[in-house]
Amino acid sequence: MAVYKKTYRSYEGRMTPEWARFFVLTRYAWEDLQRRRFFTLFFLGTLIWPLICALGIYVRHNLSALELMGIRAASMVQIDSSFFLTFLGVQCMFAFFLNSFIGPGLVSPDLSNNALPLYLSRPFSRTEYVLGRMSMLLILLSLMTWIPGEFLFGLQSYLEGWDWFKANAGLAWGLFAGSGVWIVFLALLSLSVSAWVKWKPVAGGLLFGLFFVAAGFGQAINAVLRTKWGNLINISNLVGSIWVSLFNKPLESGSGAVFFRIARGEEIPVWMCWVSLALICLFCLYLLGRKIRGVEVSR
Amino acid sequence: MNVATQAPVIELDNLVVKLGDRMILKKLTGSFSGRAVGLLGPNGAGKSTLINTLLGFHKPFAGTARIFGHDVRTHARQVRSLIGYMPENDSFIADMPGIRFVRMMAELSGLPPAEALERAHEAFFFTGLGEVRYRNIGTYSLGMKQMAKLAQAIAHGPRLLFLDEPTNGLDPPARLRMLQLIKEIRDRGDLHIIISSHLLRDVEECCDEVLILKDGNIAASCNLEAERRANRNFLEIETRGADESFVAHIEQLGCRAAWGGNGRIKLVMPEGLEVRRIYQLASDRSVQIRRLNRKRDSLEDIFLKAMEESANGSV
Repeated sequence: MAVYKKTYRSYEGRMTPEWARFFVLTRYAWEDLQRRRFFTLFFLGTLIWPLICALGIYVRHNLSALELMGIRAASMVQIDSSFFLTFLGVQCMFAFFLNSFIGPGLVSPDLSNNALPLYLSRPFSRTEYVLGRMSMLLILLSLMTWIPGEFLFGLQSYLEGWDWFKANAGLAWGLFAGSGVWIVFLALLSLSVSAWVKWKPVAGGLLFGLFFVAAGFGQAINAVLRTKWGNLINISNLVGSIWVSLFNKPLESGSGAVFFRIARGEEIPVWMCWVSLALICLFCLYLLGRKIRGVEVSR
Repeated sequence: MNVATQAPVIELDNLVVKLGDRMILKKLTGSFSGRAVGLLGPNGAGKSTLINTLLGFHKPFAGTARIFGHDVRTHARQVRSLIGYMPENDSFIADMPGIRFVRMMAELSGLPPAEALERAHEAFFFTGLGEVRYRNIGTYSLGMKQMAKLAQAIAHGPRLLFLDEPTNGLDPPARLRMLQLIKEIRDRGDLHIIISSHLLRDVEECCDEVLILKDGNIAASCNLEAERRANRNFLEIETRGADESFVAHIEQLGCRAAWGGNGRIKLVMPEGLEVRRIYQLASDRSVQIRRLNRKRDSLEDIFLKAMEESANGSV
């Protein structure tokens, strides 16, 4: 690479398209992550469960393999909405852990180093900044949730046939939309926590706290007031209810996904779950809007 | 491409900026086209607010501010694509190598990755940080951090460079180096520079135009070059044996002169007249010239005068 004379010169070369510039942040964050061994190991670890599920689907459709293992086909797990909900529940829990590891480090370093004026004094908006940071999480968590989920759905459709695909096409949408809801929610929550809590371990802890303490608090409200509306602050319950509806299962079935189960008799209307999640997301956006600024104004 | 010195770089038209209920900038009006404009004023005068408004961080409450003819409110993106900004405080990502940081900033300004990397290397060599460009910025000394901030501000080749207190915290050699770089950038003629500083000497050295703010108003605005040219023609002489007839003879040479009493005479020399002629005249009239001073109305004088006079908010 040629290093020009030690003098200043202007730049008149080609420029990248404006719409693509937020990916610069995503790319740099991705490069940073790749240097962390724990992340690589954990990420690879999260792909074990999809592999096991894929193996299960394959074996279920391979009579010779079943005979070899001495298993009757009828005793195998059914590949239905419960199977995919369980898959989604496990992967989304992994996504939550990974998000708690990565998310807090996305915005807080920029704030603690006062780097935002440098980003925002360029042709780069606050929305693009949030999008750039968020894309990192959206891509990563997608690779763990709906992308392997759709792969499993495709495998099952391939092995089972066209009729099964037609009858269960809603599951593909459920996997995509269900993961999407969880991923967007997680990304917004972790970015807003990262924007307000500069110390990464505390921010990570707070994410766990919001998830588990809110659930516990919701249960306490239910127990003390003998009601079910405490579930409105139980994030896993809200997401579980939405998933059940996206997978076209009756809410009263009480199953939901593993880690996201809905207690029988404590179901709340799905529209309320959507509203509750939307309100939390809006609050997260408000928190981000307050912090992601070129300068902080003391009034 | 040379900068057209007449085209206004920054135009302010009754610019009012409010932060909360406080009015920080009060109907600023003016036009600045110098290659290097110094922004001066005491603490709380509104210098940083003006810079932040020009960068699009604060929205004008009333009036307009334009950079190269683009309204900073309605064409913020276009404006930002033309500028480079070196903030006053520490602004960087500590656990990132300097070269990677500057490259990322250049990419965010729209340079493709390969060009951004090349420009980042150039900017580091230009600022004298070539040897430490692979070290994390967190390990840099204060002077190095200032230089790294300058590097990220110029890496993408802006047309207007905002330097907020560029010599803050620098030791004398580093300060001289910074001023030298600023002058070098200015003299290339590719871009304009706005320097906000508390150090009058820095501004005097680097700027050809100065804007002095006080309490959110424009207290003074002057062209330092014109000011220097005018000062070159202004003389104060102390004589012995002179009287008002001597003053009349001086005026016959084309000077404008004023008798100050006690042998003191103030005079403005016309273009082309040499001081030697005054000495000659004094010798012919048997007048002793005991002292001859060129007026040195430094930026400090201008600044102090501006602070004393009531600010009227416009140039």
